[in-house]
Amino acid sequence: MSAPVVKVENLKKWFPVRMGLFRSIMGGKELFVRAVDDISFEVKLKEIYGLAGESGSGKTTTGRILVRLISPSDGKIFFKNQEISSLSDRALKPIRRKMQIIFQDPYESLNPRKYIRSIIEEPLLIHGIVGKEVEDRVYEGMENVQLTPPEEFLFRFPHEISGGQRQRVAVARALVLKPEFIVADEPVSMLDVSIRAEVLNLMTDLRDKLGVSFLYITHDLALARHICDNLAVMYLGKIMEKGPTEAVLKEPLHPYTQALISAVPIPDPTSRRIAVSVKGEIPSPVNPPSGCRFHTRCPAYMGDICRTKEPPLIEVAKNHYVACHLHVK
Amino acid sequence: MALLRIQDLKAYFTTRSGSVKAVDGISFDVEKGKAMGLAGESGCGKTTTALSILRILPSNGKIIGGKMLFKKWDLARLDEEEMREEVRWKEISIVFQGAMNALNPVYSIGHQIVEAIMLHEKDVERQEAWDRAGKLMELVGINASRLDNFPHEFSGGMRQRAMIAMALACNPSLFIADEPATALDVIVAAQVLQLLKELKERLGLGMMLITHDLSIIAETCEKAAIMYAGKIAEYADVVTIFKNPQHPYTQGLIDAFPSIAGERVRMISIPGTTPDLLRPPPGCRFHPRCKYAKEICKTEDPDFSQIERGHFASCHKVVAEAKGQKW
Repeated sequence: MSAPVVKVENLKKWFPVRMGLFRSIMGGKELFVRAVDDISFEVKLKEIYGLAGESGSGKTTTGRILVRLISPSDGKIFFKNQEISSLSDRALKPIRRKMQIIFQDPYESLNPRKYIRSIIEEPLLIHGIVGKEVEDRVYEGMENVQLTPPEEFLFRFPHEISGGQRQRVAVARALVLKPEFIVADEPVSMLDVSIRAEVLNLMTDLRDKLGVSFLYITHDLALARHICDNLAVMYLGKIMEKGPTEAVLKEPLHPYTQALISAVPIPDPTSRRIAVSVKGEIPSPVNPPSGCRFHTRCPAYMGDICRTKEPPLIEVAKNHYVACHLHVK
Repeated sequence: MALLRIQDLKAYFTTRSGSVKAVDGISFDVEKGKAMGLAGESGCGKTTTALSILRILPSNGKIIGGKMLFKKWDLARLDEEEMREEVRWKEISIVFQGAMNALNPVYSIGHQIVEAIMLHEKDVERQEAWDRAGKLMELVGINASRLDNFPHEFSGGMRQRAMIAMALACNPSLFIADEPATALDVIVAAQVLQLLKELKERLGLGMMLITHDLSIIAETCEKAAIMYAGKIAEYADVVTIFKNPQHPYTQGLIDAFPSIAGERVRMISIPGTTPDLLRPPPGCRFHPRCKYAKEICKTEDPDFSQIERGHFASCHKVVAEAKGQKW
């Protein structure tokens, strides 16, 4: 068993809701958006760990906390056995080199006024790398993402290259510091179908070749299935189910996971899927439902216990965890 | 006879750098009570096709050729007056991509549906229009009592349903849905698609579904046309498209599509990117990305030809092979 690269314990992020003057004078109770509410998982070496869920489930917030773009409200984050959840910015800087993030939209995450070269070399300059090494690393990074020959791209602007190429520039920018862990936040959702595979295969190749671990954030279970080793399904800030990807998707235990899977259309006109049995939409994370957060939409709702008691995340098969009263013995 | 028959439709945009051939000679049919899926990547001309059918192209866009036969009209030649009075909304309606954000925030949902009814059917009384709006809401699965709600009181999925109700307000015979599920979460998207399928069957609507997601077409449509760079690469019933695709682009798209069922395989992308329609490549527009391309593909634009009954493709290789020649 390889040691985890990143480990998260009881992580929480509550964003305060801004209150009006009147309510704060009248002593109204302070409200929080419980974006991430007590989750734990670990990403192992050379692993692509998937974090799936609908919008508003807290997956992006989790990704941002992991690279400490925002600080957690509570809980611990370990990066290779070092706790980083409360480090100061200065103490964090050497660790930031080892953790990078790729954002969702390559049309917005690259500075339109900079050459591709400047975009890719910026992290190097920030971390005080100078001289010949900058050029070497930029070339190496571009070759790793198959932006070849690099000379052809160095002095182009982001608008002069295609969406897939842009996302590869974003990957190259994340790679130049030789990170050990990358958070990829929906890296292909803005790309056309025919070029998605190119970016995803690039991620698996980098994992195999350079030993980079990834946290892959997605709403698309079909894509997750093809590249993730392990998968966690989030709903309203909680992990509902986690385990090896094939186990979670082939034998889903949580009614929410089952609903998500049945909602994914299958590109085969001869296969008929079962109609979605879940009604309604994801409730507000400001006042999440009591007990199990999914009970308001759950097709297997069992009454009082689901409404009042929060189910613990328990291991039902090897490494396969689920938080549902159906599986509490 | 098909409900809508598109023949060799061409719609170009004039820009400062030249003319963009967004739709360049496409043909397909939409049948009553059936759904036709129009699939393709961004910029291939799917939405332009829809805008052409409704004759609501932006001012720099123009239909420059072809026929759009719908009932007794040729929509390509119909004058604007008749188009507005007789066809738009009464016969053909559309729900746009991200339509749920198109509702007016300062009017109630009911007011907006009633407005659509009264604008198009001048002889309807207000009370009758409200009653109809209530029925429409029930039809799309929302309680009629919520007509008085404002858009911000609805969730995304409900707003999308309200838009569908509005599109059905004047009993159209053809319904166009442009990326109806793209901005919605998976579960809600599945619910909306299920609704569209039911409506199509219950009301006998002809439906045209525009999407980039092939799996949606596989589940909701009877026929599919795969568009690439302003042309239709392949057109057939869905089972043929998915089980026996002939055009290399269709094959590539299907391979690039991950499935939650079946084997877990490494996905294959199509090399290269979609062409710039200001300067499309000569010959077959797909040839720079096609692994089977030969000399003829670089110079001669392939015809849109029937290779077996009801199965059309624009590809030199496919046509040659259909004739029993070796490629």
